[in-house]
Amino acid sequence: MASEQLTKRIIACLDVDAGRVVKGVQFQQLRDAGDPAELALLHAEAGADEIVLLDITATSEGRKTLVDTVRRAAKHLFIPFTVGGGIRSLQDAGSIFDAGADKITINSAALANPALIEEIASRFGSQAVIVAIDVKRGEADAPEAEVCVAGGRKPTGRKTLEWAREAERRGAGEILLTSMDRDGTKLGFDCELTAAVAETVSIPVIASGGAGNATHFVEVFQHGKADAALAASIFHFGTHAVAELKQTLLQAGIPMRWPC
Amino acid sequence: MIAIVDYGAGNIRSVKKALEHLGVEAQVTADPQVIAAAEKIVMPGVGHFCRCDVLNKNLRESILGAISRGVPFLGICVGMQWLFGGSTEAPETCGANLFPGECSRFPAEVKSPHVGWNRIHIHNGSKLMRGVENGAFVYYTHSYRAPVVTETIASTEYGGVFSAAVENGNVFGVQFHPEKSGPTGLKILENFCGL
Repeated sequence: MASEQLTKRIIACLDVDAGRVVKGVQFQQLRDAGDPAELALLHAEAGADEIVLLDITATSEGRKTLVDTVRRAAKHLFIPFTVGGGIRSLQDAGSIFDAGADKITINSAALANPALIEEIASRFGSQAVIVAIDVKRGEADAPEAEVCVAGGRKPTGRKTLEWAREAERRGAGEILLTSMDRDGTKLGFDCELTAAVAETVSIPVIASGGAGNATHFVEVFQHGKADAALAASIFHFGTHAVAELKQTLLQAGIPMRWPC
Repeated sequence: MIAIVDYGAGNIRSVKKALEHLGVEAQVTADPQVIAAAEKIVMPGVGHFCRCDVLNKNLRESILGAISRGVPFLGICVGMQWLFGGSTEAPETCGANLFPGECSRFPAEVKSPHVGWNRIHIHNGSKLMRGVENGAFVYYTHSYRAPVVTETIASTEYGGVFSAAVENGNVFGVQFHPEKSGPTGLKILENFCGL
């Protein structure tokens, strides 16, 4: 019975550089179209189930701005709020939680030092730790897909399924799986890869990379067995985008939180 | 003033933030005297049930004393589980035993943890759920859950039915996170603050 199911989550992602949202943002009622705090709130009001803020800033000055951005965004946000990008230590994670994030994502730092997952999970709880896995698989079969870092440029030699299993064992609460082959293409999520990971771990898997239309979300929930799906740019075309998406998904029989 | 009990568990700041948003003065504290003097007590919590050891050691008497004097108490997530007899997550750690039974892990046929938005089915006559629509969605993140008991005022279905919320006089508990459940969650916190 659809009404008795845990709903699938729609996650709006904000890519932030030096305190400003950087992907094509077209919210019309915004005074300041690039303010992450304002955008996060609008996405929440529009029906997003969670907000993810990914910091793409590389400078230390920008890192300080991030904590301030997180604090401002968290202030009036009463849905789950995740922050990622450049978190390399327990201290980094602590300052992000202090600023009001509910969860953090770690990626290359976890690959370099897998014990970091345990460290953060044992201090803040597994529910607060999302391990982000970027995958570039090209023509390879899903089980052979390799984890990469540096925006897909640098292969790590780690196999995706094995790394996902290790992340779970070390205390990750969720996996954020990004297909670097699909990222930015709007060709749809990599359902085969998502399903392979979702069947390997028992923690929730968030699919990312490739969202272009509502059908892509239907596919990733039905065939990709994803627990949640994340997208950035497709939600930036107006506040009604999430509502319309959720209605389409409900019609396809996918449990959604709606009305919110 | 509402005392938010700090015993090393997570999500304390988000609870404080939500209460501040509602215009309510709240103080995060681990001081038994502050807790004993509070008008209301909120005990948040995410993480492992064994964290309640710290609580049992330092704050159990002041909390139970306040509850017996009629001070409204709200336990959230692990804070609600503590109101029961205990949890199979940490069998050595005692609960407050204000509600019967013990918390246990979800059965193997469903994914655990239970993370995300699910519906609550509200029983009539709850003070905490006043004005909240039956079937409303709330945000969960947990691997252990409390059984359905006489005092259950809302339940959720996931790997069987479990207690989403319990209420008995001045003692309340919610398994979900009202501070992360959008307008529905804020309404529930507002109901508690208005008691």
